[in-house]
Amino acid sequence: MIYEVTIAEKTYRVELQRVATGWKCALDGRDLPLDVTAAQDGVLSLLLDGKSYEIKQEGTGNETSIVIGHERFSAAVRDPRSFRSRRRTGAAEQGVKRITAPMPGKVVRLLVPVGSPVEAGQSVIVIEAMKMQNELKAPKKGVVKKITVTEGAAVEAGQSLAEVE
Amino acid sequence: MFSKVLIANRGEIAVRVIRACREMSVASVAVFSEVDRAALHVSKADEAYPIGPAAARESYLNAAKILDVARRSGAEAIHPGYGFLSENAQFARACAEAGIKFIGPPAAAMELMGSKTRARAAMQAAGVPMVPGSARGLTLAEAEAMADKIGFPVMVKAAAGGGGKGMRLVRAAGELKAAFETAQSEALRAFNDGEIYLEKFIENPRHIEIQVFGDEHGNVVYLGERECSVQRRHQKVIEEAPSAIVDEDMRQRMGAVAVQAAKSAGYTNAGTVEFLVDSARNFYFLEMNTRLQVEHPVTEMVTGLDLVQLQLRIAAGEKLPFKQEELTLRGHAIECRIYAEDPENNFFPSPGKITKLLRPSGPGVREDSGVYEGWTVPLDYDPMLSKLIVHAADRPSAIARMKRALDEYFVGGIKSNLPLFRRILEHPDFAAARIDTGFLDRLLAAKPEVGASGNGLSEIAAVSAALFAATAPKKNGNNGARPEPTKDAELSNWKRTARSEGVGGE
Repeated sequence: MIYEVTIAEKTYRVELQRVATGWKCALDGRDLPLDVTAAQDGVLSLLLDGKSYEIKQEGTGNETSIVIGHERFSAAVRDPRSFRSRRRTGAAEQGVKRITAPMPGKVVRLLVPVGSPVEAGQSVIVIEAMKMQNELKAPKKGVVKKITVTEGAAVEAGQSLAEVE
Repeated sequence: MFSKVLIANRGEIAVRVIRACREMSVASVAVFSEVDRAALHVSKADEAYPIGPAAARESYLNAAKILDVARRSGAEAIHPGYGFLSENAQFARACAEAGIKFIGPPAAAMELMGSKTRARAAMQAAGVPMVPGSARGLTLAEAEAMADKIGFPVMVKAAAGGGGKGMRLVRAAGELKAAFETAQSEALRAFNDGEIYLEKFIENPRHIEIQVFGDEHGNVVYLGERECSVQRRHQKVIEEAPSAIVDEDMRQRMGAVAVQAAKSAGYTNAGTVEFLVDSARNFYFLEMNTRLQVEHPVTEMVTGLDLVQLQLRIAAGEKLPFKQEELTLRGHAIECRIYAEDPENNFFPSPGKITKLLRPSGPGVREDSGVYEGWTVPLDYDPMLSKLIVHAADRPSAIARMKRALDEYFVGGIKSNLPLFRRILEHPDFAAARIDTGFLDRLLAAKPEVGASGNGLSEIAAVSAALFAATAPKKNGNNGARPEPTKDAELSNWKRTARSEGVGGE
């Protein structure tokens, strides 16, 4: 198996091969004498050159956070042979991106009208949940193509609120 | 002693009280809302009864339902925890009328301390040092005159306010009118009470509070101080005992004032007198909290007392089992409040399913938790997961111990504020105890140094990410994105089947 893992804008090529004793691993073409075992579900114990690492994973899917001690790494994992995976990354840069509600709540304010240009990270919608207000930001630079909620509307977790193209 | 106590609360504090009951051989009765059936406090209690829908006002704030459960279960006393009904004098009265002991102060003392203006007047009369300001509801014109007299900056506050609501800082005369009107309308909306008062604003104060305890035989003691200066939006984040700036002389002076405040209010049981402390170590009365505090464990660690057990004993009519001069403080304790919230996204609440929970242990580590692995944190309540407390010989070793414990602590599946604590604990100002209530806001405003990845750990992380991907269970070709959307559907199917088969035995 080959994976491309991007951490802090640097992409690593990781080759993994299941062998009788566990995994054979190469990083960017270099063999790593790795001893790895799943200590428990979601936790890896990794030994490399006598050093021991306890590694935990936050979240699943293609975007995950890897926790080693108190260090945290956001990692994007891709299988370059997967057609789906390639198409998905393509869609990230072009096309339409949605702003979705991270949790159930109420729309307090719409900050940007439909049709206006937004910068990546610009606040578009304010929602309130658990007595706290949260600004939902544009996932990319573009134009607000659609807003599917009105101020005061109750929204569900994962509900699409707006689209930026 | 009571033979049975009802706990009118949920989460970690309900579990905390249940534990005290168990150690004292007192039967515990839990209550729970619809979304809390699987909550930890329900399974830990001896008895548990449903009290209604998720919305707190229909369950945990529903005094009539809770009293009804108390009567039916034969509970002799109610422990209110903190939050919910804990500072509701009407509820304390209703308990008394129902012949059930409310574990807390008398209703009259709660009412007095619940009104900031009445509390101020009473404390001033008792000789408690106060921040200069007005002691009663003001008109705008009166507020302007008062601000002129005490000098800017001033704080405009709603008498019924709390948790930062109905509060406005005013630095110059021109801003007063707008601030007064906003605070008033906010207070009217939130508390249905537009009464406003004004205080001199103390720049960068510390928040230091004194734990007091009174029995019903006229004895009141203080159990030392807690420093809670690390706050965000007036919510405490880290607490410690003792305070690095309080020496024995200052402790005695603050303690004497706090005891005087409690006595003059006819106070019994556990209470906390909060003070603002300025840079010259002058202390001013802020307010009195008429309940057990969230941060009570740090006092327990340094005094060796169990405050909840003490609350039960005193409510049962026992005398305080020690005298002021018999109390000694030992070592240093720190508490971190662990919340399901995302520090990278404005601390937005992040409820959901806890898929993985690794807990710290070892010497000097205590965790008061209300959650477990596999539980779904409901979005209906305060998103606090647990409190992590450490105790060590002195402040530097307590900080080192807390860092070690935080490294062992892991919450998966939901976001938590765990990463924030290391930033705080490693900050040179925290290590030097140069903290005030603005410390955390300043720390958060400064961008964190972006992860120095020169130590080779990012390579390890990359390999690990690939290993996790390679070992992840395959998800029917949906490429690992967004697992388990069918949970609710499965649950309701299960319920439907159970109903159609007549399971449930009612």
